[in-house]
Amino acid sequence: MTPSYQQPTARGYYGEFGGAFIPEMLYPNVEELRTRYLEILADPDFQIDLQHLLRDYVGRPTPLFEAKRLSERYGTRVFLKREDLCHTGAHKINNTVGQILLAQRLGKKRIIAETGAGQHGVATATVCALMGLPCVVYMGATDIERQAPNVARMRLLGAEVRAVTSGSQTLKDATNEAIRDWIANPVDTHYIIGSVVGPHPYPDLVARLQAVISEEMRTQLLEKTGTELPDFVVACVGGGSNAAGAFYHFLDEPSVRLIAVEAAGHGIHSGHSAATSVLGTPGIIHGSRTLLMQDEHGQITEPYSLSAGLDYPGIGPLHAHLGASGRAEFIAITDDDALKAVSELSRLEGIIPALETAHALAALGQLGAGPNDVVVVNLSGRGDKDLETYLKNMDKII
Amino acid sequence: MNNRIKNAFASKQNLLNLYFTAGYPGLHDTLPLAKALVAAGADILEIGMPFSDPLADGPVIQRSSSAALANGMNLPVLFGQLQELRAAVPETPVLLMGYLNPVLQYGMEAFLKKAAEVGVDGLILPDLPLDEYEEMYHPLFQKYGLKAVFLVTPQTSEARIRRLDALSEAFLYLVSGPGTTGGTTLPDVEAQQEYFQRISAMNLKNPRLIGFGIADKTGFDRACEHADGAIIGSALIRALEDTDDAPATAARFVQGIKHA
Repeated sequence: MTPSYQQPTARGYYGEFGGAFIPEMLYPNVEELRTRYLEILADPDFQIDLQHLLRDYVGRPTPLFEAKRLSERYGTRVFLKREDLCHTGAHKINNTVGQILLAQRLGKKRIIAETGAGQHGVATATVCALMGLPCVVYMGATDIERQAPNVARMRLLGAEVRAVTSGSQTLKDATNEAIRDWIANPVDTHYIIGSVVGPHPYPDLVARLQAVISEEMRTQLLEKTGTELPDFVVACVGGGSNAAGAFYHFLDEPSVRLIAVEAAGHGIHSGHSAATSVLGTPGIIHGSRTLLMQDEHGQITEPYSLSAGLDYPGIGPLHAHLGASGRAEFIAITDDDALKAVSELSRLEGIIPALETAHALAALGQLGAGPNDVVVVNLSGRGDKDLETYLKNMDKII
Repeated sequence: MNNRIKNAFASKQNLLNLYFTAGYPGLHDTLPLAKALVAAGADILEIGMPFSDPLADGPVIQRSSSAALANGMNLPVLFGQLQELRAAVPETPVLLMGYLNPVLQYGMEAFLKKAAEVGVDGLILPDLPLDEYEEMYHPLFQKYGLKAVFLVTPQTSEARIRRLDALSEAFLYLVSGPGTTGGTTLPDVEAQQEYFQRISAMNLKNPRLIGFGIADKTGFDRACEHADGAIIGSALIRALEDTDDAPATAARFVQGIKHA
């Protein structure tokens, strides 16, 4: 039997990527999670609570919509998995709902999270409000400035947003600071990480919680196309949580081409890019061995993308492995092409996508998909949070 | 081989281990600082290899690391500076402390070889997993005569402490309480004493130094009641933040701890 792409090894490795490179101060926390997450996730009571929240609170299953005008434009059958219709406007809440239930079962009394664009911070603040748990969200000072509406949402939801002023003051530094908080609060706190990154078991935990996306896709595709398997699944990748969820139940179906779309920023080799699969080299970031952007001396460098959700200097170890093994194909899309895709989806289908998601949509023209092919794009989030960016760039959009 | 770490613990009590970041405050301060600290009474030197993302460190060491990187510090530069180390401080144990990623980019074996060549005695790599150390790197450390120092926290289980003790040939680094380096909150003294006593009672083969949040003579003396000495880092870096004469300031800092 060929090994599954879904499962990491006992130590959290996907091929040569993954693991848990953490200081001893984090070891008890991470070890507690590692030894208990599978048992908790499999527990029938946990599943009853999770399914209930996913249905009645998040609004699942999300629709799989056949986008006819977009299909006509690209000469193929395009389906949109509408994660943008989840409560809080993106797929991020699939993970936070699961992790808050997990945190309760671990007896944790306080929640911390990191956020870049603010979507994961909002999704975490939301479930903390729902469960009555105090929530601290770390966010780079630069991101706080450029994502003011999400900062306001988190505060309205009762979360404390802590500005991170170290380093480049963006997602990477917010993650560092959340990890430091966890070091300082080793007993009562659970860290809800927002992507398939970090030390084992986080990449696997988050992938499993996001896997509901592809689980639903299979059922919905069977109903709409007569077969569970599409020809292409397309998703954007920053850390890679929505892509992990969209790919998960197709990972071991070799006929399905998996397309991971990264942010090229101003262009892959412009010096202002977040195309980690091209520019990254193996190394360790946030406790995981993966591909990351770094200089020749192993100092982590700052990526660039107009989209605050894609400018992470690494990718999840699962994606690094999917790239290295050839299981997934990586495409990089520039800021400008993503902005054009925002306009295209808005006008052809009446859906304004998030800027991150627009990168996935912009890849449609590069797939070489034929008229009978079925292409599923994971519409990971809606564009409300990006309106200010869209207004500023109206000349490129229209 | 001259085992400077073993000799230091055998010949002295209440050892003072001082941490400072290589290339800080100035790129070329590393060696002058090392000499000044030893001349003033430092028993062990722990030289930080700056990293862009020091997860276990608080704001003071983060700032010094960023500054050192901006000054142009990197591993080749550091090894160049350390060429004269052993001529300057022949008997003092010297440890390099840092995160794994820069070491891996340099190449683990090349790094160990070079560190041994310039006279480094031991390494503290807090994000190197114990399993990987044991399976992949322990033989390499032994080949080059380098000693690994492991961290122990109040949450570390007894079984794990025994494993760390078995794998170490230097000393155990007892993290005083929850938090990153340079923390200012006073930990729960009773719980802390219970922790130190619990470890003392384990009859470990390695000596023990206490670190994290120790900033002055009072903290040093208190740590020495429970262990073989203590590690001070952030407080020294803080003293170096506003000085025009880093070696003189460092020397005064050590005298304030050891001879006040």
